[in-house]
Amino acid sequence: MIKVENLSRSFGPKLAVDGVSFEVAKGEVLGFLGPNGAGKSTTMRMITGFIPPSAGKVSVCGLDVQDHPIEVKRRIGYLPEAAPSYTDMSVMSFLKFSAEMRGLEGDSRRSAIRRVVDLCHLESVLAQTIDTLSKGFRHRTCLAQALIHDPEVLILDEPTDGLDPNQKHEVRTLIRQMGENKAIIFSTHILEEVEAACTRAIIIDRGRIVANGTPRELMARASTGRLEDFFRSITRSDVHKEAAA
Amino acid sequence: MKAQWAGIRTIAKRELAAYFESPVAYVFLVIFLLLAGFFTFTFGGFFERGEASLAAFFNWLPWLFLFLVPAAGMRLWSEERRLGTIELLLTMPVAAWQAIVGKFLASWLFLVVALALTFPMIATVNWLGDPDNGVIVSGYVGAALLAGAYLAISCMTSALTRNQVIAFILAVVVCLLLILVGFAPLTDLLARWASPWVVESVTKFSVLTYYDGFQKGVLDSRGLLYFLSIMAYALFVTGVVIRNHRTG
Repeated sequence: MIKVENLSRSFGPKLAVDGVSFEVAKGEVLGFLGPNGAGKSTTMRMITGFIPPSAGKVSVCGLDVQDHPIEVKRRIGYLPEAAPSYTDMSVMSFLKFSAEMRGLEGDSRRSAIRRVVDLCHLESVLAQTIDTLSKGFRHRTCLAQALIHDPEVLILDEPTDGLDPNQKHEVRTLIRQMGENKAIIFSTHILEEVEAACTRAIIIDRGRIVANGTPRELMARASTGRLEDFFRSITRSDVHKEAAA
Repeated sequence: MKAQWAGIRTIAKRELAAYFESPVAYVFLVIFLLLAGFFTFTFGGFFERGEASLAAFFNWLPWLFLFLVPAAGMRLWSEERRLGTIELLLTMPVAAWQAIVGKFLASWLFLVVALALTFPMIATVNWLGDPDNGVIVSGYVGAALLAGAYLAISCMTSALTRNQVIAFILAVVVCLLLILVGFAPLTDLLARWASPWVVESVTKFSVLTYYDGFQKGVLDSRGLLYFLSIMAYALFVTGVVIRNHRTG
């Protein structure tokens, strides 16, 4: 469903993403891991069509993102890293707006909103303006807009960032459930999330894929059998980068 | 086609609602109406003119709009970038141009509403005398087009920066330039050392040149074309700027 071929992206002299290739099929949940600045968000932005690639190809459901941007965007639900929303709107208005933008009207719009409000537990804050919400609720509001049109593909950039442990658990469970008949990519720094929710994981470092496999396979490659140790052995920390530079 | 219009409409609806949800819109309307009225009846010399027309009102609009339209338009794109919602907007199944047109139309509608709220002036002048209402209508058309042109320029400057104040100042400067190239005291000065051909070419770019036509009751296609061209060009540049931001 998602096919990324040799994707590259540079910002001026800086090569943020360097020849990344992978595939995600329906029913798969792919975890994106990597140090900060590794190129995870940039890769996701290229898949969702927000940024055009410098080289390479991205296709979603057989459609090239550059050639059929609108068609591709229809099939994707995207949760950006900052979980942005129009803060002067109420949660309900924002969801209505998102539903309308996705072409949902009348009854289908109402039922779609009911569904995501239920999934994301937003019943208590529907009438509140978004700028009065806590971080957790804001995140869930943005997640709701990503889910509202029941897309085949979900691209979630750090979906559990800033959530409390209960909320984290709920989101992971949600991802695992939805992963059964969608293609999902989500990025995270929390390695136990990978074991909990992913069917496969990719580790990116400095724009390149350095590991690709099931969580078990990756854990097995570390002498201690822990994902964190494997992660640290194949990526370079910022501390070393600065020392080398 | 229908789907494209639906996208524009949804975005325009949201933008218009956003205006009225904050106190900004109401403050803007009150200030606009107060100042328009004030200038018309004092410096405009509405009574002194002794004629049944709204020339006193229309003469001030380019200057009033110069500050008020950028104030209304400065947040259009800088807010999107500041909030990060531009990443949502541009990953939804709408083309960037639909978002640009939608936001522009919503703000233009808001400004047209502001203009419409000056109807007491029309009522007044009709009650006091017997004005040529055709000229008044044509004047309002010109005013709406002028507001649209300034607004498109404000969209453009708003897309250039995250900072609303910079967007405001840039828009005021550009709009001021467009006024000044046709402002009589300055063109007279220019005429003293430039050839008449140069002066004429320069004034062809001024909003005042075409706005005057509408004020006098001339619904000229050249005037219409002028204002629409500014809008088209400024909105096109807005699109280019937005695309360039993403391309880094």
